Amino acid sequence: MTEGASTQAEQLRLRERLAKLRELPLLRGVGVSGEMARLKRQLERMAVEPSADDVWHSVELARHQDRPYTLDYVERICDDFVELHGDRALADDPAIVAGLGRMDGRTVVLVGHQKGRDIRERTHRNFGMTYPEGYRKAMRAFELADRHGFPVLTLVDTPGAYPGVTAEQHGQGGWIARCQLAMARLGVPSVACVIGEGGSGGAVAIALADRVLMQENAIYSVISPEGCAAILWRDAGEAKKAAAAFKPDAVHCLELGVVDGIVPEPEGGAHADHDGAAALLAESLGAALADVEPIAPDERRRLRRGKFRAMGMYLE
Amino acid sequence: MEGRIDVTVENRAAERPEGDGKRHPNTCPGCHSHYRDDELEPTLRVCPQCGHHFPVRARDRIAQLADRGTFAEEDAGLRSADPLAFFDLRAYTERLAEAEVATGLGDALIAGAASIERRPCELAVMDFAFMGGSMGSTVGEKFARACDRAGGRGVPLVCVTASGGARMQEGILSLMQLPKTVCAVDELHEARCAFISIMSHPTTAGVLASFASLGDVIVSEPGALLAFTGPRVVQQTTREKLPDDFGLAESNARFGHVDAIVPRAELRPYVGRLLAMFSRAA
Repeated sequence: MTEGASTQAEQLRLRERLAKLRELPLLRGVGVSGEMARLKRQLERMAVEPSADDVWHSVELARHQDRPYTLDYVERICDDFVELHGDRALADDPAIVAGLGRMDGRTVVLVGHQKGRDIRERTHRNFGMTYPEGYRKAMRAFELADRHGFPVLTLVDTPGAYPGVTAEQHGQGGWIARCQLAMARLGVPSVACVIGEGGSGGAVAIALADRVLMQENAIYSVISPEGCAAILWRDAGEAKKAAAAFKPDAVHCLELGVVDGIVPEPEGGAHADHDGAAALLAESLGAALADVEPIAPDERRRLRRGKFRAMGMYLE
Repeated sequence: MEGRIDVTVENRAAERPEGDGKRHPNTCPGCHSHYRDDELEPTLRVCPQCGHHFPVRARDRIAQLADRGTFAEEDAGLRSADPLAFFDLRAYTERLAEAEVATGLGDALIAGAASIERRPCELAVMDFAFMGGSMGSTVGEKFARACDRAGGRGVPLVCVTASGGARMQEGILSLMQLPKTVCAVDELHEARCAFISIMSHPTTAGVLASFASLGDVIVSEPGALLAFTGPRVVQQTTREKLPDDFGLAESNARFGHVDAIVPRAELRPYVGRLLAMFSRAA
């Protein structure tokens, strides 16, 4: 191929991607005044293939210690929030928060991973790494939502499910599977958003939703960059290389059809402006919910399963 | 512990044909007896001395379970794509080609119609020898289609798993095979077809955290490792002291995660009895 032709092909590809991004109903949700110019810049930035440095920047921002966590959003998004505790069997897992929230004059069930801000809280929350008890708590909240017709919102932010002896003995793998199944069966509408680290099975356990969103600087991946580097490069120090190879950033996830939309963050990232990030997140969640709410429950379940069934790339 | 086959992904990546040259092909990790392949065949690859269950390749497993000549493979032409143009120390496409040559399989799962003890079913079997039985888009799609066919024919699905988890080389798309296969099982449930999940050694990570754990009946083989996180990673991450039977089928049975541990020789009649239980024709 000549150089000119390849440049043309590249431009075509970029235009297509830009068009795809513009079509996203969610980005429309950013009707906040003065946001349009910034959004356009953002779109232009997205239209360029993220470099290894861009991807790694996302990894760093997704893990930023000042990044808002689930409860930071809850207190800004919900007019009122009543937290529900315990899995009704064994324990209350602080790495997952579940509760009833009031948003836009109605009740929703909200479930999200919760990391801690300082050392004491981080330990208490187990760094957002869930035990099976946490998934059971989530499932109990989902059942409640279904019973009362409350929409389900989930916020994903975990390095992964906890890799410990007790967690294994309590059936970590099985409960992650059943938690997904519970979401697949929901009659009520559901929207998930990855707000930080979407780490592997522990993340996807609460992300089988009608609409899956991702914040601009969040990551969603099958394994941590360090884990991947340790296994494939035999050197955890190659994390940056690994991240560039498996592309956990929002733009790539959107391109691969894994998420339905990208939620913009304030200039500099969500950690720089919690209120701004929460306002943008609330708009996107609301828009996504409005998108799926008019659909009849059975049809919505069918569409939800169809969406996940279509994921993957293979050669026939 | 000594009896356990090492299934860590590190070794999986390091798996090389020439590496086996130095060791005897079948050295029992339980009692150190040596066997040629043909010696193990009559015992279904179970050590006659100590009962250790050696891994079984997918086609051998089908021969062990299905009635002779009844297995009709479907989707044999499905192959993995390389959606990320993934390259670590080597290209993913190269690893795929090598695995195909080494195993004679298109990917880590074979599925098709079969009958077991004269009961019709859909049979899906994984092969650990193909890139550690890892689940990428092809494995996910083949499993989902097996669910569709079982639902369409109104027969139970029998699935034998052997997997190190999701296939990292497909990045986030491999993680998406978890919800995908979960949705496929949900559809199978809706079609009121039974799902019998047989977890063989090893069934770990992404496969354990998705369809394998959703069987109406979950059966395991003795000594199989069934864990979301394998012993080495748990040990390295938490510095906890691991119990001797950490993650093994026996431990899973004690904690209530599997219905039964069935020795390989009894597996076929056992599955036959289950299929009879779920039979609609009666």
